[in-house]
Amino acid sequence: MNLDQEQPQEQTIEEIVASLGDTVGEARVDNPKMTCTGVDVFYADKQAIFGVDLDIGANEVLSMIGPSGCGKSTLLRCLNRMNDTIPICKVTGQLTLDGEDIYGKQTDPVLLRARVGMVFQKPNPFPKSIYENVAYGPRLHGLSRNKADLDDIVVTSLRKAGIYNEVKDRLDQPGTGLSGGQQQRLCIARTIACSPEVILMDEPCSALDPIATAKIEELIDELRENYSIAIVTHSMQQAARVSQRTAYFHLGKLVEVGDTDTIFTNPRHELTENYITGRFG
Amino acid sequence: MKKFNPEGHTTHQFDIELNDVKHKVMNMGGLVESMVDNGLEALINLDAELGNQVSEDDHRANQFELDIDEDCTRILARRQPAASDLRLVLTIIKTISDLERIGDEAEKLGRISIKLARGQDEVPSYHKDLRHLGEHVKIMLREALDAFTRMDVEAAFRTAAKDEAIDQEYANFSRLMISHMMENPRYVSHALDMSWCARSLERIADHACNICEYVIYLVEGKDIRHANLDEMRKKLL
Repeated sequence: MNLDQEQPQEQTIEEIVASLGDTVGEARVDNPKMTCTGVDVFYADKQAIFGVDLDIGANEVLSMIGPSGCGKSTLLRCLNRMNDTIPICKVTGQLTLDGEDIYGKQTDPVLLRARVGMVFQKPNPFPKSIYENVAYGPRLHGLSRNKADLDDIVVTSLRKAGIYNEVKDRLDQPGTGLSGGQQQRLCIARTIACSPEVILMDEPCSALDPIATAKIEELIDELRENYSIAIVTHSMQQAARVSQRTAYFHLGKLVEVGDTDTIFTNPRHELTENYITGRFG
Repeated sequence: MKKFNPEGHTTHQFDIELNDVKHKVMNMGGLVESMVDNGLEALINLDAELGNQVSEDDHRANQFELDIDEDCTRILARRQPAASDLRLVLTIIKTISDLERIGDEAEKLGRISIKLARGQDEVPSYHKDLRHLGEHVKIMLREALDAFTRMDVEAAFRTAAKDEAIDQEYANFSRLMISHMMENPRYVSHALDMSWCARSLERIADHACNICEYVIYLVEGKDIRHANLDEMRKKLL
């Protein structure tokens, strides 16, 4: 091989993204809970998200799918300003919750994160008792007036997360002693305890077995009645099972968004088709 | 127009499985096409041997259906296909059901040809009047199978559009048989048999039309069943 030979110039990410064209499908919904408009995200000088317009509707589950590094988790973390903790991360464009700019000067990120809760990939209970794990948030945000109030919040949250019956006799024992699936449901209870309006889930079942996964999925379906949910998942079947709308990302660009039924039976964009049929890469 | 390609999966084995099952459908299509050819020939020439051959082939067509169904079940369970892959598997499941019924109709032609060939009575030549309708049905079936093989939406649409003409031809043939029955009451039984054969041919064209509709669904993702030609055209635009 002749190393001196001139190599064809590779396209930059920006050039590839520009070639993808406009987002296919309807990014807006009639009753949005959160909206993203022209959102760009940069890590230092590297752009990770390119001009995303996307709504999360009230009482809907939106799944965000795409190959690793496509920006879905980055966008999810913008929705409750988790990216604020990364100094080199810069977010531009507009993100709103109930019409209010969440990056506005008046917005307190701590209060925002109470309204927009998050469940992570790996269950991460605090090294405290099961009770304290759930009580921590409401206590921090002053959501209870007395111990009885707090007890009530803890029990209700554990019930909503479908784990109360399994832990009611050992609320004083460490949360870290539970199984993986139980820990994840404890984390969901912890999120619910702060009375959020939106729940963000970043691959919440990737560390769980199929039975624990089924329980979480059942829970997601029940939670939809009261919350809006955005879930990032690598499991296409999970996205198909739990969500009403699906958004497909590629290289930081929202390529296609639409009804989950349509995306999984007849996607319009070739990249979406290739990804969900396992033709990517 | 969309392009359909069953290949290119990251898991190469999935390509092989989909291509295998698609080829089996094409083989099954070839078999039932020859059954229709032979059934019609057996009838027109009153060839009992050929009629028997069609009956034997019907067992093979049934076995094809069972095998392909099993393959599709395995693919659904193991691969959980989505989008065009899912549509391909669904299309195949539906297509083989229609092919199997085409086989059954061809077998009916064979059965009647055996009955006529072995009969002691003199028979009029009404069976020869089926040639024209039969040739049109054969062309329609061949074109439907070609459209499936090439996943060709335009060809599928053109072929599906021919069903109306075949329905018309069937109606004409039925009228002809009724007039034969009125003119020659002693041949009513024969004319009725021929009406049943014409009905089988007309059903074969309907099944071919269904296959065309599945091809359009597979490639375009649009369900155009139970629509007339104008509605089909609108849905495809």
